[in-house]
Amino acid sequence: MIGAMTGQWLDIGPVDQISPGNARTLPVRGGEEIAVFHTLDNQFYALVNKCPHKQGPLSQGIVHGNVVTCPLHNWNISLKTGEALGEDKGCVPTIPLRVDAGRLYLLREAVVGKKVA
Amino acid sequence: MTTRGNVAARTAPSGSVRGGFFAFGALVMMETDVNAPMTIKDSSLPGHTRERLVVIGNGMAGCRAVEEVLARDPARYAITIFGAEPRVNYNRIMLSPVLSGEKAFDDIVINPQAWYDDNAITLVSGDPVASIDRAAQIVVSASGRIEPYDRLLIATGSDPFIIPVPGKNLAGVVTFRDLDDVDKMLAAAETGGAAVVIGGGLLGLEAAHGLSLRGMAVTVIHLMPTLMERQLDEAAGFLLKTELERRGQVILTSADTAEIIEAGGHVAGVRLKDGREISADIVVMAVGIKPSVALAKAAGLEVERGILVDDHMVTSDPAILAVGECVQHRGNCYGLVAPLWDMCRALADHATGAPTGYEGSVTSTKLKVSGIDLFSAGDFSGGDGAEDIVMRDAARGIYKRVVVKDNRLVGAVLYGDTADGNWYFDLLKKGEDISNIREALIFGQAFADASAHGGGALLDSNAAVAALSDDAEICGCNGVSKGKVVGCILGGAQSLDAVRSSCKASASCGSCTGLVESLLSLTLGGEVERKEKTVCKCTSFTHDDIRRLIVEKELKAIPQVMQALHWTTPDGCASCRPALNYYLLCALPGEYVDDQQSRFVNERMHANIQKDGTYSVVPRMWGGLTNPRELRAIADVVEKFNAPMVKVTGGQRLDIFGIKKEDLPAVWADLNAAGMVSGHAYGKSLRTVKTCVGSEWCRFGTQDSTGLGVKIEHMTWGSWMPHKFKIAVSGCPRNCAEATIKDFGVVCVDSGYELHVGGNGGIKVRATDLLCKVETEAEAMEVCAAFIQLYREQAHYLERTAPWIERVGLDHVKAGLFDDPDAVRRLAARFAYSQSFMQDDPWAKRAAGDESELHQHLAEVRPLEFVS
Ligand code: SRM
Ligand SMILES: Cc1cc2nc3c(=O)[nH]c(=O)nc-3n(C[C@H](O)[C@H](O)[C@H](O)COP(=O)(O)OP(=O)(O)OC[C@H]3O[C@@H](n4cnc5c(N)ncnc54)[C@H](O)[C@@H]3O)c2cc1C
Ligand code: SF4
Ligand code: FES
Repeated sequence: MIGAMTGQWLDIGPVDQISPGNARTLPVRGGEEIAVFHTLDNQFYALVNKCPHKQGPLSQGIVHGNVVTCPLHNWNISLKTGEALGEDKGCVPTIPLRVDAGRLYLLREAVVGKKVA
Repeated sequence: MTTRGNVAARTAPSGSVRGGFFAFGALVMMETDVNAPMTIKDSSLPGHTRERLVVIGNGMAGCRAVEEVLARDPARYAITIFGAEPRVNYNRIMLSPVLSGEKAFDDIVINPQAWYDDNAITLVSGDPVASIDRAAQIVVSASGRIEPYDRLLIATGSDPFIIPVPGKNLAGVVTFRDLDDVDKMLAAAETGGAAVVIGGGLLGLEAAHGLSLRGMAVTVIHLMPTLMERQLDEAAGFLLKTELERRGQVILTSADTAEIIEAGGHVAGVRLKDGREISADIVVMAVGIKPSVALAKAAGLEVERGILVDDHMVTSDPAILAVGECVQHRGNCYGLVAPLWDMCRALADHATGAPTGYEGSVTSTKLKVSGIDLFSAGDFSGGDGAEDIVMRDAARGIYKRVVVKDNRLVGAVLYGDTADGNWYFDLLKKGEDISNIREALIFGQAFADASAHGGGALLDSNAAVAALSDDAEICGCNGVSKGKVVGCILGGAQSLDAVRSSCKASASCGSCTGLVESLLSLTLGGEVERKEKTVCKCTSFTHDDIRRLIVEKELKAIPQVMQALHWTTPDGCASCRPALNYYLLCALPGEYVDDQQSRFVNERMHANIQKDGTYSVVPRMWGGLTNPRELRAIADVVEKFNAPMVKVTGGQRLDIFGIKKEDLPAVWADLNAAGMVSGHAYGKSLRTVKTCVGSEWCRFGTQDSTGLGVKIEHMTWGSWMPHKFKIAVSGCPRNCAEATIKDFGVVCVDSGYELHVGGNGGIKVRATDLLCKVETEAEAMEVCAAFIQLYREQAHYLERTAPWIERVGLDHVKAGLFDDPDAVRRLAARFAYSQSFMQDDPWAKRAAGDESELHQHLAEVRPLEFVS
């Protein structure tokens, strides 16, 4: 459970919870699950964990550069913009992410924003 | 007390300072030398109306700020500098060469005592400031000295970060920040012995280098998988690691320190979280720095990570300025000197009444380890619309990568040849449009200038090759000149492969492939088509090239293959990474460490992903046999984890559907407890061995097909292959196990066993070819193992046996197995050797907690309206 529910940025813990080349997930009650990625270049990104094609869980794809290849049908999704690359068309929402002093923060309103039951 | 002159006059009576500080100060006084010089102070000069500027911190930023102020207005301030270190201002970054013995302390002094004297600066060294009283505008030193100020400048730098592990305070644990630290390391190095450096960043690697030049056996422990991960990408980090290892350092990446081991009150070694122990006579902590803000915080200044300053380096108190590593400007704290110089300029402009403002800095990094050229700058995370341009020259150990976005250079990583580092950095800082030198950018300044001056005619790589003289060497490995290559193309070698086979150019290491291709297109005109497709867009090599070169050049890791074979991307793509991972795994059984990040999700999760993101779980049922215990365990799992479906598969076993990734380890634990292991229904590996009833029960059965199937499955399970691999054993030619559409099929007959290969019942049905007939079970199993190994060693990644055999021909396979009477035995032995490392159940490891983070959410967010 996330303790700090106040402030603009949501602290989701230390950077070393996600090894490079991997992603981990953050379910949101009443909202969309978020995938947090750590690339081989040590960048961090967060996206809604749903491929724009057929909702594949992007967190389970292969990460290369700042692209994730969806595990279901191999669409390539830009981690920076959430857009499908190449011939494919579609876009998944990105969640602004900040790294500060070894911890990861997500923009609170992007995580728990609009949706209320 | 040994205070002199007007210094004494300024020392406060004990009553006026808070007691604690004074008592502490008195202690310090006894052992440190307060070398406050006898400068003639402002009060005795006509300019006594000078404002009093007090500087806390006699380091790089503090003194540079003073220099900048003096350069603008030498008469404006009466200056006093406090330094915690008992020495004059020196160049901290040169402590690394002092440690390694390449420089002496005297060489690195920036401002000797004479500079202070000449500029009438009072240096109070070896006496740190203990507090700031903003209301009274005074600072109080540890020794109790009181100094009033009109302007105060805080330049306290950073403190080394100490990881909070047991043993961190032991004697023999040192940091790397000032000359005293260097002296401690030198003292330890005198007796030789072993050093552990915790931290594989800039500082740690420079410490490690120095200590190893001083004769110590050095181990570097780094938490992340890549050295200097903040400055380097995976490719450059790998090259750096390889070079340091070649020089005899032990580099442990992905290594987390658990504790520092003690013996007799002194450090004796380091224990890692994975249990490994490394003995050490000295431990250097170089894991990072944190801005030194304690003084500012205690004085009530606004502080976050660093002391908050505006663009003029003014803190939340207008009378107090701050500069250097201790500040936070527009959200950034810096740990390199270049930004400090910019800050000092802005500070001096402001302090002398002509404010300009500092807008933040872009930084670049170099490593000061002799013989290692490394440079990085800017943002090389790529990104949208960003494009990587990569150049690798394996023979010379060079890797260069520049990142271009919107026709501007946004990042660069250079390894092995950093001559153009400053040029790239300059382009990057200025944000210049590089579109007219784009093609030549990666080749460096000289080349790009030539292309820019080519008067519109773009000097692309073809033009560059065209400009080469006929005797210029194209292929270094085989000594082939440009003239020879062109001659051979004109002589009819109209493709890369033809050139390779006729004059050998680019046939060895392949680094000149691009040059040869340019020559082909220059000579023949137009783009050159290659007969065989390359693995992917990251490389000009085919699968066969890569497999051969991995063995020939003894390549041992993915980044190494990418470097040696001149990959055009920094870290490959979703096509080549899994292929390379498999090729290395096959070439180096027991030695190569599987790269999980290069595996498709199913192989990383050891289960099959479903359209809704859940997983299906298929335990192995040897030869299609099962028993009540297994069935009960499966039934229990289905109920316990609410699996929505369980189904009999076409491969004679049971598939449990709809398991969440979080539940997988628990499911596996339950199945393991009933004696079941992974069925690899997810893997490019052995899937099932289908059997029929056979001679034990069936009225037509000729041999024990069930028993043989079980034995074969026990021999072959767990092996990684180019693609999935299916086997079946039928008891008679009625073939109830469908052995003739399997990768390897056995059809039992009265006289023995017919062995079939290359069948496929999938997308394109292909019946098997008969490979041979053998008389005994043992022979059948040996040929099976040999055939699998031949396939493992020769097929392309993602090529099943059917297309493989169609491509190479059945005769080729037969020749590989039977031409040499010993081949089957040798292939089978290689398979057995490889299997000795493969046959441990991946589920058991996960159930025991391995890679648990893959199965856990980071956390769960419950917005307030959902918290009940
Ligand atoms: C479960 C199963 C269907 C069933 O319920 O019977 C199945 C399910 C899948 N098959 Fe299959 N195949 C299953 C037996 C077969 C068979 C029959 C057999 O093995 O005797 C075939 C034809 C025989 C063959 O392979 O030659 C078969 C030919 C394929 C193919 C086409 C392969 C080809 O080379 O043409 C694919 C696609 C691929 O592998 O790229 C495929 C791929 C798949 C995948 C892995 C699709 C995917 O990538 O997600 C399905 C996974 C579902 C899951 O999560 O479990 N499946 N699949 C069978 C599992 C057998 C097992 O116990 O492991
Ligand atoms: C070994 C080493 C190698 C480096 N190599 C490079 C490099 O190659 N390139 C690069 O750009 N950067 C390098 N750096 C970083 C660079 O040295 C720093 O960025 C720079 O020194 C920061 O300057 P500063 O004035 O902010 O801090 P410092 O130079 O640390 O100066 C701060 C001074 O303030 C003193 N002080 C602290 N508190 C008090 C107090 N209360 N009272 C009085 N004095 C106090 C400290 O003792 C210190 O002398 C290196 C650093 C180290 C340690
Ligand atoms: S035939 Fe195989 S791959 Fe196709 S839907 Fe059925 S299980 Fe899936
Ligand atoms: S769901 Fe992602 S590619 Fe189809």
